Amino acid sequence: MTTRPLIPGMPRHLLGIEGLTAATIAALLDLSETYIDTSRSLVKKRDVLAGRTIINLFFENSTRTRTSFEVAAKRLGADVVNMEVQSSSTRKGETLLDTAMTLNAMLPDALVVRHQDSGAVNLLSQKVNCTVVNGGDGQHEHPTQALLDALTIRRRKGRLAGLTVAICGDVLHSRVARSNIHLLNIMGARVRVVAPATLMPTEVDRLGVEPHFTMKSGLKDADIVMMLRLQTERMSGSFVSTTSEYFHFFGLDAEKLRVAKPDALIMHPGPMNRGVEIDSAVADDLQRSVIHEQVEMGVAVRMACLDALVGGLSNYDERLAGDRGR
Amino acid sequence: MANGTGAPVAYINARLIDPVANTDGLGALLVGADGKIADWGPNLFSSGAPWGIETVDCQRHCLAPGIVDLRVHTGEPGEEHKETLDTAGQAAAAGGVTSMCILPDTDPPFDDASLIEFVHRRSRQVRLSKMYAYGALTMDLQGEQLAELGLLQEAGAVAFTDADHPVGNAQTMRRLLYYAKTFGALIVHLPQEPTLSSGHMNSGELATRLGLSGNHKLAEAIMLERDLRLVEMTGARYHASKISTAEGVDAMRAAKARGLQVTCDTAPHYFALNELAVGDYRTFAKVVPPLRSEADRRAIVEGLKDGTIDCIVSDHRPQDVESKRVPFALAQPGVVGLETLLPIALELYHNRHMSLPAIWQRLASTPARLFNLPGGRFEKGAPADLVLFDPDVAWVVDPEQFNSKTGNTAFDERPTQGRALLTVVDGRVIYRDATRWPATAS
Repeated sequence: MTTRPLIPGMPRHLLGIEGLTAATIAALLDLSETYIDTSRSLVKKRDVLAGRTIINLFFENSTRTRTSFEVAAKRLGADVVNMEVQSSSTRKGETLLDTAMTLNAMLPDALVVRHQDSGAVNLLSQKVNCTVVNGGDGQHEHPTQALLDALTIRRRKGRLAGLTVAICGDVLHSRVARSNIHLLNIMGARVRVVAPATLMPTEVDRLGVEPHFTMKSGLKDADIVMMLRLQTERMSGSFVSTTSEYFHFFGLDAEKLRVAKPDALIMHPGPMNRGVEIDSAVADDLQRSVIHEQVEMGVAVRMACLDALVGGLSNYDERLAGDRGR
Repeated sequence: MANGTGAPVAYINARLIDPVANTDGLGALLVGADGKIADWGPNLFSSGAPWGIETVDCQRHCLAPGIVDLRVHTGEPGEEHKETLDTAGQAAAAGGVTSMCILPDTDPPFDDASLIEFVHRRSRQVRLSKMYAYGALTMDLQGEQLAELGLLQEAGAVAFTDADHPVGNAQTMRRLLYYAKTFGALIVHLPQEPTLSSGHMNSGELATRLGLSGNHKLAEAIMLERDLRLVEMTGARYHASKISTAEGVDAMRAAKARGLQVTCDTAPHYFALNELAVGDYRTFAKVVPPLRSEADRRAIVEGLKDGTIDCIVSDHRPQDVESKRVPFALAQPGVVGLETLLPIALELYHNRHMSLPAIWQRLASTPARLFNLPGGRFEKGAPADLVLFDPDVAWVVDPEQFNSKTGNTAFDERPTQGRALLTVVDGRVIYRDATRWPATAS
């Protein structure tokens, strides 16, 4: 067996990007690169996680992310079980922690958890013996999405530091935006957020970003334009007027893109609302849109994360980390 | 023994904390055979210990009027698994609280006179701290139909509130104030504009980081300003609960400056903690209104110091583990406070913000005066509701040791100073700290 690199500072659970170091992120991205090659080979299967059990525990619908995690785990040789809870058994009276303890008793090696409430994955991680990967919790974090976005950017631009990244749209309800803001800041990029003030989180500037209220100023000379989905399902009450007005001011089209750098990349975490936050012509522009590449990178990044957490690549020292790893 | 045998008891060598006279000095206090304060003062028994009556040597510990806690939630009736009036009574006794006002948000709520009588009957059965009941402000605490304020008051309701449910409708509030004025009743209101306070924690950077919906701090000042204008319009008696923001303190200060007869309170978590206590999704620090910023916390301390904030309440609200061990947004708010009220309030003394008599004005004499309750002060003929406490003894908050049924404290593992050694109601010892003040010590 070839020696595999340790991931410096890899925590026991991957609950968020906040708190990771640049060295950890860079090492994860490096490991992901090797898994792009694996995924592009004829024989895509490795055995680094052979015999391990990974449970995908999804309390919120997501075909894309669940499939990506499933493919990633299977390519590493792990046994994968999918569990969609649909919040139905929580309605029956079983709590999140009861579900977690039940699955914990089956001795999985990792739980990949998505939940509609911020902090639910943190709570669950405190109660189980295995490693926990956050597959997205409420409006808090979606760490593997930020890592796959970073991998996509790094492969296209050769670096992350010094780039100007504009994250546009429904920042308020977006865990993708939060994880990306943390990651890009850690890696030395310059981050802008562009949104109507109703969709801008309170004191978002304290996260180290420049808030912009027009696409024109936000996209000016940007290297990366990252669009976010308008998450109407998370909105209680009215945050914007009509979708047509939203598209007029905040939807990405060729005209608005003109102020960005000529080689600016267009990204979207999916699923897209075409004609609401992004124009089809821009989304499908093969020269600039890397939306499908993001999906491919997703598998590689998740392979790297599972390998690092389950495959014993972590050199994280709980004693030195204090309460952080809880 | 000073436990209700009906014999007089002399408390000598005590550091008397008199909130009304605003004095703090050595002296003695005599409790008569009738359980009332017979005399007290620096010169009492100065020529020697009294002969022939039971004497408690207080060993220079503080003797003060027992705490009068205006804000206690229990689970009785309806949620007895969280707290009963018995366990609340035990917690109060251990915390040096001799009188407490029970909030009406039980199941069923106190919108019926029989429930007020129920609390008084249970208080006599429990025979620990005295219990008084609030009446509901509106039927079923829904903020719509006026409750039977007059009948509830006749049954003994001490004041009226919908507990943690603000009355959002200004017209309803205006009518409530007028209606209460008819009966000379006091309205106690939580000033939170409901449409701005649906979030789960203080709005700001931390809420943005945690991805939790925020409750803007101006939800307090906006509602408070509305209420204060309505009070000005109606001339009713009004008391604002749980002031948590700098803007709330400013609004109260301005209202008092223009001569409005209004009062307010705050709770220990608003002057001893800030929003960082909920970091890492700590549901045990989820309260209503939410913990605010450090600047707000400092403003609350200033408000207490300059008298803008009149009272300190425990805001005791028991929650079982099932209500707290869930994702933050789903967790029930509230902390137990009866057994940490005294030591956390004493932080104001140890941090040199306030004197002990000034703190006891907020904890005892002012609440008793506002609610027309008999305790809370040294007065000849007043009931001997007292707490003997050591202000310096160090201990660490451990919910396992609480008398409350639940341990949902935001002060878990906090090192504190000060504990009740002896709690006395009507001259009768209802609590004794067995390790620090064994029966042989007196």
